[in-house]
Amino acid sequence: MAEYPDDLRYTKEHEWARVEGNRVTVGITQFAVDALGDITQVDLPKEGEAVTKDSIFGTVESVKAVSDLFSPVSGKVMKVNDPITDSPETVNEDCYDEGWMIVVEMSNPSELDALMNAAQYEEYLKEQG
Amino acid sequence: MSHGPSSGEPKRTPLYERHVALGAKVIDFGGWAMPVQYATGILDEHKTVREAIGAFDVSHMGEITFRGPRAAEAVQRIVTNDVAKLVDGAAMYTTTCREDGGIVDDCIVYRETADAFLIIVNASNIEKDFAHFRKHASHLATIENLSDQTGLIAVQGPKALSLIAEIAPDAVPPRPFTFRPAPLCGARVTIARTGYTGEDGVEIATPAAKTGEVWDLLLSRGAKFGLKPIGLGARDTLRLEARLCLYGNDIDEEHNPIEAGLGWVVKGKGFVGEEAIAKVRAEKPKRQLIGFKVRGRGIARHGYPILKGSETVGVVTSGTVAPTAGGAVGMGYVPSALAEPGTVLVADCRGKPAEIEIVKGPFYKRVS
Repeated sequence: MAEYPDDLRYTKEHEWARVEGNRVTVGITQFAVDALGDITQVDLPKEGEAVTKDSIFGTVESVKAVSDLFSPVSGKVMKVNDPITDSPETVNEDCYDEGWMIVVEMSNPSELDALMNAAQYEEYLKEQG
Repeated sequence: MSHGPSSGEPKRTPLYERHVALGAKVIDFGGWAMPVQYATGILDEHKTVREAIGAFDVSHMGEITFRGPRAAEAVQRIVTNDVAKLVDGAAMYTTTCREDGGIVDDCIVYRETADAFLIIVNASNIEKDFAHFRKHASHLATIENLSDQTGLIAVQGPKALSLIAEIAPDAVPPRPFTFRPAPLCGARVTIARTGYTGEDGVEIATPAAKTGEVWDLLLSRGAKFGLKPIGLGARDTLRLEARLCLYGNDIDEEHNPIEAGLGWVVKGKGFVGEEAIAKVRAEKPKRQLIGFKVRGRGIARHGYPILKGSETVGVVTSGTVAPTAGGAVGMGYVPSALAEPGTVLVADCRGKPAEIEIVKGPFYKRVS
């Protein structure tokens, strides 16, 4: 798998978004995983909760650090990947598939326009050095 | 390698190129370019040290020698522990303090002979300690900073002594806190049975020019024991599980050894800070460094407030996951009245409360 799959959109806070119709699956990128190292705890919202674009929806703790999760879009949490709260290492092993975090039903799909595509995200990472 | 940390580029130990070649993630740690972890990550490295052997580059640490007929007196002037208890080839953990009892550093004193001592100090404190030692003891002994010329490798884990027995059979230190000189890779090294992980093991001091060769030897001969190189990330989880203090986090000049639970290394006579520390001891400290386990989820990290009800009563000084002991653990200062084991307080983890229970002793103890 490419480090930054082409079918995803990306945030500056290193979340990815997979758009399927009106729903968006959210996770964290390989860059975030590498920076965090071994992930030991993941805290996620509950189904039905509202999330807001660029606002915190959860946290990821690794041995080294704690990091907030920022929602790429606004809407309602439809699904939560509860198994990763018990086996957070899944996020290290497979951040784009098994390690997904939440599915959001978008309230304002035009928010997607603000997200980066894979090429833009890779460029952004280069700029950040 | 002990020039001030201010000068731009982080300093490199003699093993820097090897860390890069081994795939380490190198970070600037207090002015030093050090490996925080290698390819397999902190949890795997932690486990390796608990179950097999880990090799750590700790060459950034400082080595300061005291020589002359009054060397023992000079050392006693600046350390809180009782130097008279040391015999040749023995070492002890101690603090070194200011006149007001504030901890300047924690370190290990090695007695080579009655007139030759070595003190190994924290990397971030080398210049400060050297100045402190000279200020209070240069009239008693020749004090030299050999940090530039000296490399240091820690070899830690249940199989560490077996490896040392193979590469230096005549120089295995017989007990914890003893050390022996040994010829290794054509150099004279010192093998000390000390460490910072809660495991048995040694620390090998080498001439800087030979540190690379000794490292290579340890990695190749250690492979069959499962030896891996270990970074600073696992060094922190290992030392915290063993409840060993980290200077700059758990202890500093604003705290004295009694508050820090290090009264057991205040046994000497005639050292700088003696009077102030005796006063704290007599009057009982107002705050104490405690160990805690987090109940439930959350990791209470360095700097997080500790609350009783809605009132801030203390602060977390170190906190992490405890890979071997399980859960999350930490240390912090709280008022002495709240320091009893079993007391439950709350750590404010970035707005999320986490219950913490004060516990006695190390979070992890090896089965020896």
